Amino acid sequence: MALNSVSIALTGSGGAGVMTSGQVLVDAAAKAGWYGLMARSLGPQIRGGESAALLRLSPSPVQAMDDCYDLMLAVDWGNIERFASEIPLTSKSIIITDPEQGDVPAIMLAKNPIVVPIPLKEIAASVPQGRVNMVALGIVAALAGVPEEFCIEVLAAALKKKGPEALETSIAAMRAGAAHADKVQGVPKLDAAVKTDKERWSITGNEATGLGVLRGGVRYVAAYPITPATEVLEYMAPQLPKLGGCLVQAEDELASINMVIGGSFGGVPAMTSTSGPGLALMTEAIGLAVASETPLVVVNVQRGGPSTGIPTKSEQSDLNIAVYGLHGDAPHIVTAPTSIADCLFTAQWTVYLAEAMQAPAILLSDQAMGQARAIIDRPADVAFIGQRLKPEMTDGAIDEGYLRYKVTADGVSPMAIPGMKGGEYTADGLEHSPRGTPSTQAQHHQEQLDKRERKITGFDYGSHWAEIEGDGEIAVVTWGSVTEQVREGIDRVAEAGGPKVKLISLRLIAPALPEKMAAELAGVSKVLVVEQCHGKQFTKYLKASYTLPPVVQTLNRPGPLAIRPYEVVAALNALAATSA
Amino acid sequence: MNIQAPIKTELTFADYKSDLKPVWCPGCGDYSVLSAITKALATLQLPREDVALISGIGCSSRIPAYTSVYGFHTIHGRALPVATGVKTARPDLTVLVAGGDGDGFSIGGNHFLHACRRNVDLTYIVMDNSVYGMTKGQASPTTESDWTGSKLTPEGPGVAEFQPLEIALSAGANFIARGFSGKPNELVKLICEGINHPGFSLIHVLSPCITFRPEQREYKSMVHDGFGGFGFDDGTPDRREAFRRLMDDDGYSCGVLFKGNTPAFKSPTAAPASLADMERKFAL
Repeated sequence: MALNSVSIALTGSGGAGVMTSGQVLVDAAAKAGWYGLMARSLGPQIRGGESAALLRLSPSPVQAMDDCYDLMLAVDWGNIERFASEIPLTSKSIIITDPEQGDVPAIMLAKNPIVVPIPLKEIAASVPQGRVNMVALGIVAALAGVPEEFCIEVLAAALKKKGPEALETSIAAMRAGAAHADKVQGVPKLDAAVKTDKERWSITGNEATGLGVLRGGVRYVAAYPITPATEVLEYMAPQLPKLGGCLVQAEDELASINMVIGGSFGGVPAMTSTSGPGLALMTEAIGLAVASETPLVVVNVQRGGPSTGIPTKSEQSDLNIAVYGLHGDAPHIVTAPTSIADCLFTAQWTVYLAEAMQAPAILLSDQAMGQARAIIDRPADVAFIGQRLKPEMTDGAIDEGYLRYKVTADGVSPMAIPGMKGGEYTADGLEHSPRGTPSTQAQHHQEQLDKRERKITGFDYGSHWAEIEGDGEIAVVTWGSVTEQVREGIDRVAEAGGPKVKLISLRLIAPALPEKMAAELAGVSKVLVVEQCHGKQFTKYLKASYTLPPVVQTLNRPGPLAIRPYEVVAALNALAATSA
Repeated sequence: MNIQAPIKTELTFADYKSDLKPVWCPGCGDYSVLSAITKALATLQLPREDVALISGIGCSSRIPAYTSVYGFHTIHGRALPVATGVKTARPDLTVLVAGGDGDGFSIGGNHFLHACRRNVDLTYIVMDNSVYGMTKGQASPTTESDWTGSKLTPEGPGVAEFQPLEIALSAGANFIARGFSGKPNELVKLICEGINHPGFSLIHVLSPCITFRPEQREYKSMVHDGFGGFGFDDGTPDRREAFRRLMDDDGYSCGVLFKGNTPAFKSPTAAPASLADMERKFAL
């Protein structure tokens, strides 16, 4: 395997604390100078359900999940059948199991991994107040080679409020666990961390999204809680008042999107965050934002659908509703971050786009990157700040004859904000004249439709519409959280001396930019589309919106099973062998 | 030196009207409500640019474009959340909400409950004619259960009438009053009082639809001043007393019912911090 890394799964019933162990481990590894990420797999239970912290640590920046896990530590085996398939193992994988929890379930032994029994609970009991998850942390940290001092540093910060005794107990349990690490052999060793002066961050995709929209200028949020999008809101709630803004919890998603429309009409850049069912409820109002030209951002952290679906697990199946879900001809913007770190950039850029075009923008994140934590180099500052075109004012008032929906060359009309004298107008979801007066005239409908389309399709999106890397006769076209696994797959193909492959990961889903895509696909004879969606929504969208080479294959699967790099390698090799 | 004092020009009610001709039928009660709103704004001398009038969908929801303040004619049932967004994002503005009984109590019913209990400083003027006029005469939530005037419910809606005032009082509205479009001067007073009262104010206005409910012409002989034997202006701050008065209400009592003392909704504030401060929290 090209990338030096170790992949670890910590599993247990909810409340066993494996998420805490995982989080401490990834942050301690980060303090030691490594990179890493931790994804979360959760059951639906509020407490007591199954949960897994899925980690990958590496000396190099890493935001993709590997093919399989080198090490799995199970605090218990409760409900393992529900997520065993999310933890692929090999014959080299090591399972640490507590004999007290019974035999290792057969489902985990299919690939014949190495099983090492360690009495986790008994070890924890040897420390007064000792907890199993700290024992687990001790073992796993020792095996991964994460120095104890960094674990202690992270624990000390985490347990600051609980006092020195809690810290001492955790350290004792951790050490008791570490003492048993020598029973386990064969865990891949990480190369030494590369010393660097670069500032690094520990951040989740949902936090990065929240920070990104704040950077973009959002100061008003209205929202209704929904898994897996709530963390975006919980991150923003205490930050907004510090920036002079506010967050209002609404009674439902119908209210939250309409409050956002109101806030933005009031001149304050505004957003909400939701998931599939919430987006479905919001679509009528997003149409109002299109018609009334009210800028706003809707973050959709996708989960398995349709209907309530699988709320706690990831999928990329809201593409259709995001692109096509509005009634009438309703040009709007759809964006998607390409990684956990990119949530920051894309969120900020999306606010900028919405404000610049006075249009609603839907940002499609997903559970896999939203709820995953990554250690990343501090993202660069970018200059995208939402700036709405406002009318010129003379002597404290807008000149007479102001037309809110004036037909302009680029389709964007100056937007008066309540408080601006002389700009008083009525925004409307009814079709309207340039002044805003309700109108059923064919000409008004035609010119306003043209104007609303023109401002979206004619906008200069620069180079940010896609992440493009490499060159070759084969291109992978993908989007969202699967991008990182695709990137790793392409690297492996290159290292194995396989064909050169170009990566095109769309950050701008809608509008489609046929000319830019055509330029990138010049010389490409075969395309592999990769998407986490049963219905191949992305493939169909690409075929409808772009001219693609004659050979197009798709690697797709519904959630929650991540698409792994080796599958990308296999699909690329198969495509290379296909005659054009 | 000859410094001229700036000329202070009083705004008249006409200054708050736009030049658009309403879509309403001749004789519609909503004309008087429009007039009352503009007179209330003139009475309070609110600068046009500092007022936002938000509505949903329906005959009466057309009202913002007939005024000269900032307006938003939104979608069916969502006037209150849009208005909540305007006011919580821009507390400096005076925000009025207007619409009908179907818009506010049927499709927007949940928002009505939560607007009452959230108690954002809004003034909600509901023009109630117990019928869906724009879709040509169907039963609304406030229609009598045995009204057989609609082909959609030929046997009558068969559902007990929605009681806007009882529900507003239960849900926590801070100012509750009823007016009649046929008594515009009283209505002006109620709207002014609603605007001046902190928190959520409901002004329930009996506004006849003479096209689909011609019998509502009789409202003028049915309305009377005050709730439960009290005068037009005798609103009580006591919820128990307000409930008692409502139990005696025949649906035509006009005046102030309830004037609560609950402080209006306020977003939390915090000591200022910069984005750089926030970003540092993620640094290792």
